[in-house]
Amino acid sequence: MKHSFLFTQLVRRDFSKKYKGTILGMIWSLLSPLLLLLIMRIVFTNFFGRGIPHYTTFLFCGNLFFSFFTEATNAGMVSLRNNAPIFTNISIPKHLFVVASNVQSLINFSLTLIVFFFFCFLDGIKFTQKFLLLIYPVLTMVCLTIGIGLILSVLYVYFRDVIYLWDVFLRLLSYISAIFYSIDNYSERTQLLFHFNPVFLHINYFRKIVIDSIIPGIIYQGFLGLYSLLFLGVGILIYNFNKNKLIYHL
Amino acid sequence: MKVLELNNVSVRYKVGDLKDIGFKEMILKKLKGQYKIKEFWADRHITFSLYKGDMLGIIGTNGSGKSTLLKVISKVMVPTEGTIKQSGNLAALLELSSGFDGDLSVKENTFLRGAILGYSKKFLEERYEDIINYAELKEFEETPFRQLSSGMKSRLGFAIISLIQPEILILDEVLSVGDGAFRKKSEQKMREIIDSGSATILVSHSLEQIRNMCNKILWIHKGIQIEFGDDVKAICDKYQQFLNKGI
Repeated sequence: MKHSFLFTQLVRRDFSKKYKGTILGMIWSLLSPLLLLLIMRIVFTNFFGRGIPHYTTFLFCGNLFFSFFTEATNAGMVSLRNNAPIFTNISIPKHLFVVASNVQSLINFSLTLIVFFFFCFLDGIKFTQKFLLLIYPVLTMVCLTIGIGLILSVLYVYFRDVIYLWDVFLRLLSYISAIFYSIDNYSERTQLLFHFNPVFLHINYFRKIVIDSIIPGIIYQGFLGLYSLLFLGVGILIYNFNKNKLIYHL
Repeated sequence: MKVLELNNVSVRYKVGDLKDIGFKEMILKKLKGQYKIKEFWADRHITFSLYKGDMLGIIGTNGSGKSTLLKVISKVMVPTEGTIKQSGNLAALLELSSGFDGDLSVKENTFLRGAILGYSKKFLEERYEDIINYAELKEFEETPFRQLSSGMKSRLGFAIISLIQPEILILDEVLSVGDGAFRKKSEQKMREIIDSGSATILVSHSLEQIRNMCNKILWIHKGIQIEFGDDVKAICDKYQQFLNKGI
């Protein structure tokens, strides 16, 4: 790859900006998801946690993917605009910035994932071979967030207020992704509706394998892949259609 | 040998309510009928060729389309019509600092900026010491970039960009930076880069400089190609006359 060195430099830049290049900085950024988990555990256990086994792990699955989704799409959204001084002066494929911002979020996700497994261990979860399948939803999540990142990054160049609208949308999404409640109490029809939400599908995939030790069916697996490729495809189309027009808006 | 060929290159440029606008503003402006986008040809039917050893000067008043033309040649923008053919790598030295990040150290910034300019990892590792010494920033390697003085920043920018070895070089004014001694050093370095490449394009407001350095000249006015040729003296005189008449 011709631009691999530039790509690693961009990832490294985002990395040292985020953690200020220190171990303490990395621990610090792990602390915030853990604090969120702690608060949710205290607040929600009595309301939603009853009857849900391994509620801590259940919550953590939800937070894990929702934080990644939030962080990766937000970082992707601003990546083109923030790097505009570079690509309006030097000819560089602009999608590098979007993908590099995603890698940064993926690093953070991986760190949180290690803590997640530690919590699973504390929560008395049995580690099985099925855990190897967990790599699949991580991959589809990366495709999904890159796709959405491409769409948002283009929109954000055109319209400044996309950032506020996306923030509102994320809040809505956090309520309908069943992060802290189980969908089992809803009617069958409503349960089906939840499956149109790709973020919920990812969260639920983790829960099925980690907590219930069930491998999701082939249709479920297929939908996960389909959603991600769909968003990635649409993202690439929108990006390619607009990439040469962006300069007039920056 | 032909190194660069522009054939009928035109660029349609858009200005107006395009920058820093939101949905809300756009809708409000559209409702009030105040939403305006103006399209015009920033460059129209530009045609010229450069051969090995050529040095082209581009002249024209402000807003005549010089910068847009440079952006098209350096592939930052895509021409609306026409084709550009080039042989050999091309580098545009339009500015010294895009890509520098205030939070990162001088060392990190050197690698980042180098990567943006297309240098390889190996090349940068080999030349890193040279860059730092040339920029006279040896004691500041680990200092965050934002703490440098503006002189230091441009010295670092120049030190990195001066390692470039393009066959086609594009310059917006001859870059020379810093004070006294460094200015001399950088000017000399710039001449070396120009001499080692095979063709150079120079945009300058100094007719004197163009007369001295260039063997070909392109005059554009409001996007239209007025003159192109190798009679630098005659075209410069004509341009000078045009400027005098205008004022």
